Amino acid sequence: MKKAKAKKWPEAWKEVNPGCMVFIPGNASTYKTGTWRAQRPILDEKKCIKCGICYVFCPEGCISQNEEGFFKADLDYCKGCGICAHECWPGAISMLEEEE
Amino acid sequence: MGKRVGMEVAIAAAEAVALCNIDVAAVYPITPQSHMAEHLADIVHDGRIDAEFITVESEHSSISACAGASAAGARVYTATSSQGLMLMHEILPIVSAMRLPVVMGNANRAISGPLNIWNDHTDIMPQRDSGWICMFSENGQEVVDMSIQSFKIAEHPDVMLPVVLNIDGFQLTHMIEPLEMPSQKEVNRFLPPRKPFAALHPDNPLSMGCFNMPDIFTETMKAKDTALWNSKSTIIKIWDEWGKQFGRYYKPVETYKADGAETLILTMGSMGETASIAVDELRKAGASVGLVKLRLWRPFPVEELRAATAGAKTLIVMDRAISFGGAGGPVATEIKSFFFHDRGRPRIVNFIMGLGGRDVAVDDFMAMVERADKIKDETYEFYGVRES
Repeated sequence: MKKAKAKKWPEAWKEVNPGCMVFIPGNASTYKTGTWRAQRPILDEKKCIKCGICYVFCPEGCISQNEEGFFKADLDYCKGCGICAHECWPGAISMLEEEE
Repeated sequence: MGKRVGMEVAIAAAEAVALCNIDVAAVYPITPQSHMAEHLADIVHDGRIDAEFITVESEHSSISACAGASAAGARVYTATSSQGLMLMHEILPIVSAMRLPVVMGNANRAISGPLNIWNDHTDIMPQRDSGWICMFSENGQEVVDMSIQSFKIAEHPDVMLPVVLNIDGFQLTHMIEPLEMPSQKEVNRFLPPRKPFAALHPDNPLSMGCFNMPDIFTETMKAKDTALWNSKSTIIKIWDEWGKQFGRYYKPVETYKADGAETLILTMGSMGETASIAVDELRKAGASVGLVKLRLWRPFPVEELRAATAGAKTLIVMDRAISFGGAGGPVATEIKSFFFHDRGRPRIVNFIMGLGGRDVAVDDFMAMVERADKIKDETYEFYGVRES
């Protein structure tokens, strides 16, 4: 059996790899989960103490520290779960409805 | 040349598996386990084969360990029965969806409740839709042969699906039968080492068991269904290869004195041998009766069954399980469904029988053939149930 040709996603049933195996390591990053988001995290830099607890708890692993030392979520991947806002004890992160 | 031996069938199954050069066996070692696992443990412990024997804390874990080992490229076997198979239920469709060629021997026994340890097919029927190749054996020789064939079928690049071999509990697993045990050399000639389509290894990263969004899940299910249907031609091919090498031929649907018979009995598993004696008796008495035996249950051999039953007026389907509050026995329900549009199809009479170790003797088959004439509709009936 031949491995299906490299295409971003299988579309027709015949293109599905046996067992849905994925032969391109790390290609999950090409799937932008940010489209799932209903609320986005907004960081108040005045309140942020750069402790990084949001970075530790983010289940998506999409938060990273920028050059100024602030931790910011990558909105391409942030699903808007709000865990960062919940864990942020100085109260620097709030969740804003996407439609607003 | 194989060796003629007298052997308990469960032990013979373990000996056959040992001939298949397995890498890993993962089993739950206590009740409801059979000698298949116990004897295989002995074989590994004695160093007769070089394999990992993993004793896990449940059947849920045993089939999960098998999936992992198979994903790493190993040749994998497990054995279970009854409640153990029920506990595997969650993982079974995952193994087939991941296209992992795990082979399982299942000692068919009733499921609780009430608690009953004896033979019927109620354990395998709830696993019907799990996407495994599912076949039934009739005697000790078939258990040995089909255990070995199962690895070749499961691992074939055109198949890549798990196989469950059904072995009637007690009626087969605990019987001592005369049989021919193939030699290691013969099995090596028949069964090449496993060449996995893909295997988990750090040097060659890939992902198995990924998730599907709604926009691809349907396509994945269609691919899985097609893979199972397509496996039939390879199964038949491998059975032919076995026949040519060992002189014992296997077919998806076996027949006995069925040509031109007006009435056909249909069985699965060990009851076929008893039914064949009933057919002999009925033939002696001048009745036009034959026997059809379903060896392959998934994928369902519909064309072969149509050919085997063509021209028959009545088809009596023996079910060792029932779908409560439904259309009757799973085997009969399936056949009725396939035959629904067929012109001139036989009338299908369904008996639910042999549940929880209830003996079904030659006389019982003869009585069911007689009773079938009196049943006018096509619903099901419990055979031998006491009304008062």
